Amino acid sequence: MTQTLAVPPDHQIDPLLRAYAQSVAARRRTIAFGAVLLLAAVALSWIGAEIDLATFWTKLGNFTSYFDRLLQLDTGARVWTDPVYWFWGLRRWSLQLLQTVLIAYVGTATGATLGVIGGVLTSRNLVRSAALRFLVLRVLEFCRTVPDIVFALIFVVAFGIGALPGVLAIALHTTGTLGKLFGEVIENIDMKPVEGVAGTGGSWLAQVRFGVMPQVLSNIASYTLLRFEINVRGAAVIGIVGAGGIGQELIVAIRKFYYSDVSAILLMLLVCVMLLDAGSERLRHRLLAMETGR
Amino acid sequence: MSRGLRAQFLARRDAVAERHAQVLDGRTGGRGVTVALIAVSLAVYVFGLYDLGVAPARLWSGLGQLGTIVALMIPPSPGGHLALYVAALGQTLSIALIGTLLAAILSLPFGFLAARNVVANRVLHVITRRGLDTVRTVDTLIWALIWINVVGLGPFAGALAIASSDFGALAKLMSEAIETADRKPVEAVQASGGGKLLTIRFGIVPQILPVYASQILYFFESNTRSATIIGIVGAGGIGLHLYEQIRVLEWQQASFLILMVLVTVAAIDLVSQRLRAAIIGRRDLGRRG
Repeated sequence: MTQTLAVPPDHQIDPLLRAYAQSVAARRRTIAFGAVLLLAAVALSWIGAEIDLATFWTKLGNFTSYFDRLLQLDTGARVWTDPVYWFWGLRRWSLQLLQTVLIAYVGTATGATLGVIGGVLTSRNLVRSAALRFLVLRVLEFCRTVPDIVFALIFVVAFGIGALPGVLAIALHTTGTLGKLFGEVIENIDMKPVEGVAGTGGSWLAQVRFGVMPQVLSNIASYTLLRFEINVRGAAVIGIVGAGGIGQELIVAIRKFYYSDVSAILLMLLVCVMLLDAGSERLRHRLLAMETGR
Repeated sequence: MSRGLRAQFLARRDAVAERHAQVLDGRTGGRGVTVALIAVSLAVYVFGLYDLGVAPARLWSGLGQLGTIVALMIPPSPGGHLALYVAALGQTLSIALIGTLLAAILSLPFGFLAARNVVANRVLHVITRRGLDTVRTVDTLIWALIWINVVGLGPFAGALAIASSDFGALAKLMSEAIETADRKPVEAVQASGGGKLLTIRFGIVPQILPVYASQILYFFESNTRSATIIGIVGAGGIGLHLYEQIRVLEWQQASFLILMVLVTVAAIDLVSQRLRAAIIGRRDLGRRG
């Protein structure tokens, strides 16, 4: 079966084609303009970041040989031929890894608690005072924007080397990130339960506790778990500046070229992070199921 | 009055409980587990406080010290190194841009490799996914420590570090976007006789392009933050100066550097939010300030 398309005469088609060409041309001009801007930025950054492809190619061999050395014991044998020798510091590293996880845990729990308070105080539907909301929002923004490792650098000077500055740094940064998220969750709740509690004469605190919290608890828990995953990684590197945990051991091993130690610590860290991620993901999915099942 | 209501309710509580037994049963069933969970997490928390040395005395004296430091930070001053710091900030932005772009270019092919609907080979799929997970799990700072050994100290190592850790995350996101892409355009291209490459180019790429672009912008935002700290291990940018000024207790300059970072990050966020809104066509991204 053949069908013929009725082609309109030229004088009808021409304006359509012109309009099409025009709209396409406008789009293309925007894209070309964007591309030129991007290229200019890349060219500038190329110089700024001292990118040197020549050295990169000549030194790329270092990359593979570095991993080669990472997988070599100081006896010259491959690491997996003698796992006991490779993981000679297993006990000590495990304890430090545990400390790292504990720093992340305490930091996340503290930060999440403060974050809930911050989130409630920045919610338009719960707090009337615009000045208070503005103030708390700015504080949260500050905590969020300053990286945890910068807080750790300063706290190490104030509180001395150890796990304490690490905990405080992570708690402060977490307050900022979670406070913002919680605030957004709380602003989007159903106000009817809150009005219900208010209608029976409940105080502001009772409204928050019985009107708001039951609605947002599963969301808060799942964001907190997600943040915990991120904070375990953060706690691992925060040791680089002297704030406790496995990072301290790692940086010493890297700086002193104890290759097999570096690979052993990295491997333990990887496994630990992946296990925690998997566990927390499962928990989060369960929370999500609770949320949708309600 | 409320006291009276309460007394009335308490007097008839058993009757109420009996009448609404079904509703109340569901609540009390999980209560034991909840209480146990809360008790365990609290116990871990208290143990953590003890084990990590979070003692009130130490906190108190440290807070005093912190107060002195904050007082010393005011007013922030560049200490005559303004040009140097601005150049370092430029370097930080360069690291973020180059790193993000490298990750973006690398992540596209690997995203396709890790997508189940493009590469049907199960073994290849699993290997790519696990590989990407491993790359993603290693923190940017650790990647920087590794790359410093390869290309030497400096911003190039920083750019490579950002590219490495982001490449894993971005490729994973892309593979998820590809897997959830609509089948219909793909089938249309196949039906009109398109090969594998044509299917990808005209069936999948147009669908994921907006996601891809907005994710790249999002990563650029977060990379400006990472690039500011990457200097701490010697991989270029403003972090090196910040680290040094804190180490030599030049608090006025340290606070000036922190302020520079804050302003830059806020500016980049604003620009990228606008661009993202333009790309996805949603205007409510930056509703809360």
